[in-house]
Amino acid sequence: MLVASQSMTAGAIASNFDTARPTVSKHLQILTECELLGQEQNGREIYYHLNPQKIKEIADFIEPFRKMWDDRFNKLEAIMKEYKSEKTE
Amino acid sequence: MERKTKVHAEDGKQEIVITREFDLPLEILFKAYIEPEIIEQWMGTKVLKLENKKHGGWQFETSDAQGNVVFRANGVIHEFVLNRKITRTLEMENTPFPVQLEFFEFEKLTDDTSKLNMHIVFRSVADRDQLLKMPFAQGINMAHNRLQDIVSKLKYIV
Repeated sequence: MLVASQSMTAGAIASNFDTARPTVSKHLQILTECELLGQEQNGREIYYHLNPQKIKEIADFIEPFRKMWDDRFNKLEAIMKEYKSEKTE
Repeated sequence: MERKTKVHAEDGKQEIVITREFDLPLEILFKAYIEPEIIEQWMGTKVLKLENKKHGGWQFETSDAQGNVVFRANGVIHEFVLNRKITRTLEMENTPFPVQLEFFEFEKLTDDTSKLNMHIVFRSVADRDQLLKMPFAQGINMAHNRLQDIVSKLKYIV
């Protein structure tokens, strides 16, 4: 959420958490390796930013499964609404 | 917009939790899981056997338009509490998938709304991920087939 609005340095990101700085760095390193975060060198500082394309890919991976169940449950809901109104008539 | 159906599949865990809120009273929602003719309507499958009791068995079968059986699943019901809970196993016949354990919990929200919590436990993380990927892979296959259709028509025109 932090890096969603702006690029931030590891130090700035770490200052938002109670976790030790090396732990935050390790998380950032893993997220960078997975290409969820991108790095940009600016002088001595490295700035981290989100890679929205990669995040979308991961979200989309589960989406067809969710959609399949959503469609199925929508159908259940429609059928049972009909069933309910028939019973109360 | 708040999504009605939520899927929670934590990385590295061999389980999936699916939750859904319905604009249906609890008893009506539960009925959709125990009445064979209603299950057949919303699941699009034929109910061969459904014994709604502890140690009861169930078997569903889906056929294509030509009448060929394309999917068959069966299992055993371990817990059955009316309007509250169904615990069952699920085995997809003629597939490499090992049996999975499913917990259905039904909850009343208001007089007219209810919630279903469906917790599926798999034998391994890999088995879970494979099942999770199936609709994604099918989507890609369908897209490929469509593309192939379009390309072959193009060839015909050219």
